[in-house]
Amino acid sequence: MSSLLASLRTPRGLLTAVLLLALAILPLLTQAFDQRYLLSIGTRIVIWAIAAISLNMILGYGGLVSFGHAMFFGIGGYAVGILAHHGMASGWIQWPAGIAAAALWAALIGALSLRTRGLYFIMITLAFAQLVYYLGAGLEAYGGDDGLTISRSRFAGLLDLRDKASFYWLCFALLCATLWFCSRFAHSRFGLVIRGAKSNDLRMTALGFPVFRYRLAAFILSGAFGGLAGILLANEGAYISPAMMSWVKSGDLIVIVVLGGMGTLFGPLYGAIAFFALEESLPPLLDLGRRGWGEYWQIAFGPMLVLVALYARGGIDSLFGRRHD
Amino acid sequence: MDYLLLQVLNGVQLGLLMFLLAAGLTLTFGIMDLVNLAHGSLYMMGAYIAWTLIGWTDSFVLGALLALPATFALGVVVEAAVMRRLYARDHLDQVLATFGLILFFNELVRAVWGPAGKSISVPAFLAHTVEILPGVPYPAYRFAIIVTGGAVAALLAWLVARTRLGMLIRAGASNRRMIGALGVNIELLFSLVFGLGAVFAGLAGLMAAPLSSVKIGMGDDILIVAFVIIVIGGIGSIKGAFVAAMVVGQIDIIGRAFLPDLLKTFLSTSAASSAAPAISQVLVYVVMAGVLVWRPTGLFGQRS
Repeated sequence: MSSLLASLRTPRGLLTAVLLLALAILPLLTQAFDQRYLLSIGTRIVIWAIAAISLNMILGYGGLVSFGHAMFFGIGGYAVGILAHHGMASGWIQWPAGIAAAALWAALIGALSLRTRGLYFIMITLAFAQLVYYLGAGLEAYGGDDGLTISRSRFAGLLDLRDKASFYWLCFALLCATLWFCSRFAHSRFGLVIRGAKSNDLRMTALGFPVFRYRLAAFILSGAFGGLAGILLANEGAYISPAMMSWVKSGDLIVIVVLGGMGTLFGPLYGAIAFFALEESLPPLLDLGRRGWGEYWQIAFGPMLVLVALYARGGIDSLFGRRHD
Repeated sequence: MDYLLLQVLNGVQLGLLMFLLAAGLTLTFGIMDLVNLAHGSLYMMGAYIAWTLIGWTDSFVLGALLALPATFALGVVVEAAVMRRLYARDHLDQVLATFGLILFFNELVRAVWGPAGKSISVPAFLAHTVEILPGVPYPAYRFAIIVTGGAVAALLAWLVARTRLGMLIRAGASNRRMIGALGVNIELLFSLVFGLGAVFAGLAGLMAAPLSSVKIGMGDDILIVAFVIIVIGGIGSIKGAFVAAMVVGQIDIIGRAFLPDLLKTFLSTSAASSAAPAISQVLVYVVMAGVLVWRPTGLFGQRS
């Protein structure tokens, strides 16, 4: 706790505190200024941040470039959707089922993919994500390509997810829990092994750590939190479809992590905010230049990614100087 | 029996198209150590440029022949503008930057050619069928793809195995720094190889166009399959890419052609016909996972 307070004195800590505070009272702000639309963007930012934090555990801390993380969106989402479709609307059943399904799938494909290195790992995770994608598209009973409108999870008496503000606060609470977990992860012995294996896995093996098993455990954890994000995403739109796990979404997640700062606790959150802020602000900005340009905002966004990759490795987090942990 | 033969030929035709796409990918990875997600964008650009040029020249062959140098030029420009800066970077940077290029190209196409898909019609002189066996007709255009694809594959094999450029390519694939130290102009070599890959991708794109349609993002899904192919074959191996492309082509076509009937034995007709394409897609990834478990560096990849 005292270290938390001490970190408030640095610009990074102060900004993060202000940011978290603003996110915490976002529903009040959007209500006060009558900007309901902003609340739905805020909800998506928070959900995507949870997914990006989970990807960051293996990508940022572990150096494992998974190009298929959106598949956990799909697994979490489809677990909710399929159960809801069969009349099992209770969140107490849906949510644990979704997280368990994501963790199980992560265990299975992690055990296979972590045997490979480098480009092979990137591609095998992408391929497994495509596999899940096509399975989802082939599930004709659950909408196939078109997807399925679902009813939101029910937590009888506790809270109503149809209420936008309470759903947002639930997502925000889960974001805080994910951040807390990730910070514990990063500083635990377990996390240190994962980070050590990123810089030199041979040495970690020589030190006697079973690197494969550690990585597999991290992969499963990451998948479970990704599944949680998928559950939230399905409830946000009351809709599931294969599109939520298309490979472009996996790419977007990587973009968010790198944009925010890999291997940093709050980086994925900064990244998610920046990503959605760009997505929302680039079209009107370009329209200022000339009417109609805004529609083609990705012409500007694409080269921005190239520039980030070339010149801004540390992401937004590095703007506040080097970290001390 | 005839039906089976036709499907096998369709598989060969698809495999050859995939090989053209995969060859450039495996070369750029093998030699420049570059993960180029935007390779599918070159495939798409090849098709769109060909559509425009065919419109101008009013001739499929002339338009297609002019489109090839155009995609070569595009490849060289992309290489000089972006890729060159990425060779020394790690894979994550390459993934990120080339992902950005995909967004750029998809949107560029939407701005220039509009959101609606275009179609290139099969040239008149190929709009008939040929008898590959007595009494077994086969669309001449698909047959032309097999011939062209086979010829280009043979040309590539000759280029890599028998020419000085191929020798440098192979040397570059096994030790890039060494051939630089030996005084080979690496930058020129890399530009050439990238441009060559772009031509092959563009050729695949424009040949595939009459069979489907020219649309935004057409290169993205097929690119993932091309990656699967080079991973199965072993990254950097042309031979591996060829073998894997043939295998994947057969799996895909056979899956589409025969799975529906197989599934109908225990599923409803509509469920079977919707599940079959998905399953045949899935099958490709299952094969890849199987190969990687068995050989983590692909069929013909270098052992580490």
